[in-house]
Amino acid sequence: MIVNQFLVLAAALFALGVYGLLVRRNIVLILLSVELMLNAVNINLVAFEAMLNTPEALGQVFAIFVITVAAAEVGIGLAIVLMIFRNRRSANVDELNLMRW
Amino acid sequence: MTNLLILAAEEGEHLVQAGDGGWWADTAGIMLILPFVAFGLIMAFGKRLKHQGGEIAVAALGINLVWATILFVANLTGGVLDQTTFEIARIGSGLVFELGWVVDGLSIMMYFLVNFVGLLVFIYALGYMKGDVRVPWFFAAFSLFAGAMLILVGAPNLVQMIIGWEGVGLASYFLIGFYWDDLDNVKAGNKAFMTNKVADVGLILGAIIIGVTLGTFDFDALDLAAIEHSEALAGVALVGGFLLFFGAMGKSAQFPFHIWLPDAMAGPTPVSALMHAATMVTAGIYLMARTFPLFQNLATEARGWMVAIGAITLLAIGLLALVANDIKKVLAYSTVSQLGYMMTAVAAGGYTAGLFHLFTHAFFKGLLFLGAGSVIHAVHSNDLTDMGGLRKYMPTTYWTFVVGSLALAGIFPLAGFWSKDEILATLQFEGYVAFMWIAIAGAFVTAFYMTRAVALTFFGEYKGHAEPHESPRIMTGPLVGLAIPSILFGLLNIPGVSWPGIGNFTEWLGIRVVAMGDHHAEAIDFALAGMGFGAALLGIALGWMIWGKDRNTQQARDRFEVPALYPLLRHKYYVDDAALGLVWATSNPLARFVDWTNTYIIDGIVNAVGGGTKFLGGLVYNGLDQIGVDGVFNGLSAAADSAGSALRKIQTGRVQEYAAGFVAGALILVVLFVFVI
Repeated sequence: MIVNQFLVLAAALFALGVYGLLVRRNIVLILLSVELMLNAVNINLVAFEAMLNTPEALGQVFAIFVITVAAAEVGIGLAIVLMIFRNRRSANVDELNLMRW
Repeated sequence: MTNLLILAAEEGEHLVQAGDGGWWADTAGIMLILPFVAFGLIMAFGKRLKHQGGEIAVAALGINLVWATILFVANLTGGVLDQTTFEIARIGSGLVFELGWVVDGLSIMMYFLVNFVGLLVFIYALGYMKGDVRVPWFFAAFSLFAGAMLILVGAPNLVQMIIGWEGVGLASYFLIGFYWDDLDNVKAGNKAFMTNKVADVGLILGAIIIGVTLGTFDFDALDLAAIEHSEALAGVALVGGFLLFFGAMGKSAQFPFHIWLPDAMAGPTPVSALMHAATMVTAGIYLMARTFPLFQNLATEARGWMVAIGAITLLAIGLLALVANDIKKVLAYSTVSQLGYMMTAVAAGGYTAGLFHLFTHAFFKGLLFLGAGSVIHAVHSNDLTDMGGLRKYMPTTYWTFVVGSLALAGIFPLAGFWSKDEILATLQFEGYVAFMWIAIAGAFVTAFYMTRAVALTFFGEYKGHAEPHESPRIMTGPLVGLAIPSILFGLLNIPGVSWPGIGNFTEWLGIRVVAMGDHHAEAIDFALAGMGFGAALLGIALGWMIWGKDRNTQQARDRFEVPALYPLLRHKYYVDDAALGLVWATSNPLARFVDWTNTYIIDGIVNAVGGGTKFLGGLVYNGLDQIGVDGVFNGLSAAADSAGSALRKIQTGRVQEYAAGFVAGALILVVLFVFVI
């Protein structure tokens, strides 16, 4: 089996995620970009599992793990965003520069 | 524990029959400890009690007296011979240092004496010290005094004896200088301490020589070695014996070490009473008695000298009592004189004779001192010229004092007669006839000065200023308590008489690890006893003629001076001056030399060292520290500071810049992994 097409897709998704992470100003969109990067990794995991076909189905298991962690991360991340928004009436990361020198 | 019983059994020919005293002997050490417990309790709680700690001291000695009396009675009936020791330290392979207590005829006699006289004096002191300064400290130091003496008396070896010996010296220093508000009293305490200290060197050196030679400090080993004429011991016996005698001379105030004792009167009167009767001054005699076999069997060449020193002491110092005007000093000189008797007797080979005089003397000398204290309490003066006619005002003090004086003078049948007679008999038997005549002359002098003291104190007209009155019952009680033994205890050792069931003093005192082998007269030598008694009567008669009779010439007799001898006596044979002169002559140039070396050499060295150190310090401070070390650290911190200012700019607080850095780092790693590795 050839996994090239999946790898290309995953790389494209990952690059999109990195781009979003670095250039977006809205925190919600930055979180979405992080999700994009995680899913790119998931695609890789599932594709390689389909190719290697290990008896324990390690790729799928890891993919499920990543999804679980991502869900938890989004839960906490959105809660933080909500609190920041309530305090500062803004979701712009450029304005969140309190932790500077 | 009873190793000495076994030793005694092995020495069949010297075997002394005795029991082991049972529980009371095993626990006799309590007597040695209780006064120290009392010391601690008085120091801690004395101030809060009614008698300011006096009751604790009395209680301690009271309990002690129970033990002492039970042991004394046990010794009367069957003899007690026991020893308990605890090993404290081991020096090298052989020398063992032990503490413990000996229970034998000699130590039991001393336990009884110290506790009996001590208890009465303590009770007396409850009245005497009432309202005085520092009463708790007085009773604490007094307990220490008695305790140290018991340690000394109970010593099974020379080391413990030295411990007690020095303890007694220390406590006496506290007590002589008790009224330290007055510089003279402090000086008297110093004089006593230093005079004793000179002699103590003899004891310590003697103990070391004997201990190293024998390989042990134990008295029983010493006694056995002496009895067997051990060759090793014989080699050092003369030197060791002389050194021990030298130590004994100091504590027992033998000529020329007697100078401290009259000055020791600076302390409160109960202190003088205890010091002169049972505790301190008897220590030297006790040491001689404890090591008696050494002198009896080995160091025989030393005996003539020792007898001579005792004889000089008994006569020469007795004469000094004739010119003293302080009633306590009269008694002090009398004590020195009586100690001379004891020393002469023990040195001449009269183990029992000397100790019997020690025993009887303790009662009547304690009595006389307490009586003198009672008089001083009444007239507020020590001076005989402030007294006179007191027999009307102080009847109890008067008759007890007279009893004590007669006993001291050696009047039949009081205690002093018997003990003095025994000393005379010993001197005659051992062949020291010339010294026997000196002792008889001493008996005359004793009676003479005691008559003077009694006449000037209790007869004639009262010359003082205070209102005389009889002392309270707590003070007269002990006087009576001491007067009775002063009368009766001479009967305990009549030559040739053994009381049914209990024997006599000679037998009780002979309960030692080895038999002492001294001579005991089988019957009274009436000629000798008559001479001693006659000398005493003569002294009283002459004394009464001069000081007692004529009331109309009171002032003349007060000022009576013994012809020819007076200037010599007044200056105490110049011994004090000589001692002081010796100290000056040797210590003054020495002090000057030391002062010179101190000023010019030691100070120079010290200053040079100080200056050098200061210079070096300046160099180190200015050069090395300020510039070198500080420079390095300042530079380091400045570098850290500037680096920190530069680097902290990275912390922008913008999350996406951090993320960009993170991605850049990850990319670099990817490039590294993919293309380089």
